[in-house]
Amino acid sequence: MRAIYILWLRQIKRYIRSRSRIVGAVGQPLLFLLALGYGLGSIYKAAGRGDYLQFLVPGIMAQTVLFSSMFYGAMIIFDKQFGFLKETLVVPVSRFKIMLGGALGGATTSVIQGSLVFFISLAIGFRPHNWLMAIVALAFMSVLALAITGFSSGIGSFVEDMQGFQAINQFLVFPLYFLSGALYPLNHVPTWLRIIAEINPISYTVDALRWSLLGTTKFGLGPDMLAMAITLVVMLSFGAIRFRYIEA
Amino acid sequence: MIEVKDLTKKFADFTAVDNISFSVKRGELFALLGPNGAGKSTTIKMLTTLLRPTSGKLKLNDIDVVKDPNGVRRSFGIVFQDPTLDNEMTAYENMELHGVMYGVPKAEMGTRIEQLLKLVELWERRSSLVKTYSGGMKRRLEIARGLLHHPKVLFLDEPTLGLDTQTRRLLWNYVDSLAKEKDMTVLFTTHYLEEAEDNANRIAIIDHGKLIAIGSVKELKQMTSTDSLEQAYLELTGSEIREEEVDPHEAWRAVRRARNMR
Ligand SMILES: Nc1ncnc2c1ncn2[C@@H]1O[C@H](COP(=O)(O)OP(=O)(O)OP(=O)(O)O)[C@@H](O)[C@H]1O
Ligand SMILES: [Mg+2]
Repeated sequence: MRAIYILWLRQIKRYIRSRSRIVGAVGQPLLFLLALGYGLGSIYKAAGRGDYLQFLVPGIMAQTVLFSSMFYGAMIIFDKQFGFLKETLVVPVSRFKIMLGGALGGATTSVIQGSLVFFISLAIGFRPHNWLMAIVALAFMSVLALAITGFSSGIGSFVEDMQGFQAINQFLVFPLYFLSGALYPLNHVPTWLRIIAEINPISYTVDALRWSLLGTTKFGLGPDMLAMAITLVVMLSFGAIRFRYIEA
Repeated sequence: MIEVKDLTKKFADFTAVDNISFSVKRGELFALLGPNGAGKSTTIKMLTTLLRPTSGKLKLNDIDVVKDPNGVRRSFGIVFQDPTLDNEMTAYENMELHGVMYGVPKAEMGTRIEQLLKLVELWERRSSLVKTYSGGMKRRLEIARGLLHHPKVLFLDEPTLGLDTQTRRLLWNYVDSLAKEKDMTVLFTTHYLEEAEDNANRIAIIDHGKLIAIGSVKELKQMTSTDSLEQAYLELTGSEIREEEVDPHEAWRAVRRARNMR
């Protein structure tokens, strides 16, 4: 337990010390909120769909958690390149605990980022439909964060450099994000797109976040939670298995 | 304490370690010498669970290294040839993280860290981020960290690389006394032959992945009918420079440069 805690703490300390990471990771979502929220807001309203900013905020919160959790995998690659990973691979602590400690740390920092985005959204006019239910969003963000840090630990374990990692980000994570319903509703899209969205695990977190922040849901809370739980288990197992077989 | 039998490691079709066998007794200081690319670090990585051997048997403290890596990890400490510190944390935090990983009791943690950081003269700088350290300071920290959990077997892969004479002397005095006091077994590599001569009970010389000689300094000198370890070493390994470590890109650039000159 102490081992998991100290590896978690390491991630937190490094996060707090790196001001550029905090600013950068909040700046990008803010840009999305302003550019898309104001840019597309009028079209959205003209189409009779209401306030686009309301619709967009849960999506951008998911985006923030998704990409900062993916960044955790890049940290593993840095640890590999700076050699620190070797130190953690020979200690008498199971690889699973080592993976979990770091992933929990990475997940915590992404939930902090997601929450920052929530507060920024409040400042530019977003209002949750029910403040109590909004707190549940924290739980949904946490599950997504841990699933994705688990996934990115797995990727970081076998990818050797940042180029390889960026390729996975670009060809896998970005498409999943764009097809998750985070930016636009998936009601009137072609069937193939709908099918992709429905097997895309990110869609369910986005939907669950909308449930807690807006009170609306597409899939229903039950399916959302089930899909998130399955994703969490699969991703963490993937991370644990890949991490176990790292050689240096 | 350390048993290596018919150990082989292949990278694709290149054999880095070729059928090596030796054993090291409890409390012994054992040196692994050999030219660049001989396979010293690869051997140590296999002994410390970082690489799986292609074939052969490895035992540490009577535990099979391949079958029970977690069991073995408890009993050794290692200072790698390449840096393995977290540059974004302080020296103290690096030490503490290591101590926690090895289950050093909370009550002892502070005193042990203080004692070791004072020994390597980093105590005053304990709260600076490691990235602000000089190369030698990082090396000293790395060594202090390897000793924190009082390992039964200590692996030192070129521990004194880049250290000044004073620090090297201080370090070896400490390692020698720790080995005596705690009956610690030490396996080390170095390119400073005098370090092996002064500190090792026995020496193994490997070249091209093969073990070519093993024995005390005296025995090695007798074997080669020379009168210094350096002469014996050169006699055994030849005096040409090794090309193994040349990076292919570098080699290709050299070829092009040579072509352009023509
Ligand atoms: N991961 C790897 N993949 C391919 N070849 C490798 C790998 N690691 C080591 N080698 C090769 O194995 C050989 C032995 O390397 P090793 O690092 O064990 O040498 P060494 O004896 O420690 O040398 P030095 O004194 O330079 O540290 C070298 O030719 C090296 O290029
Ligand atoms: Mg080496």
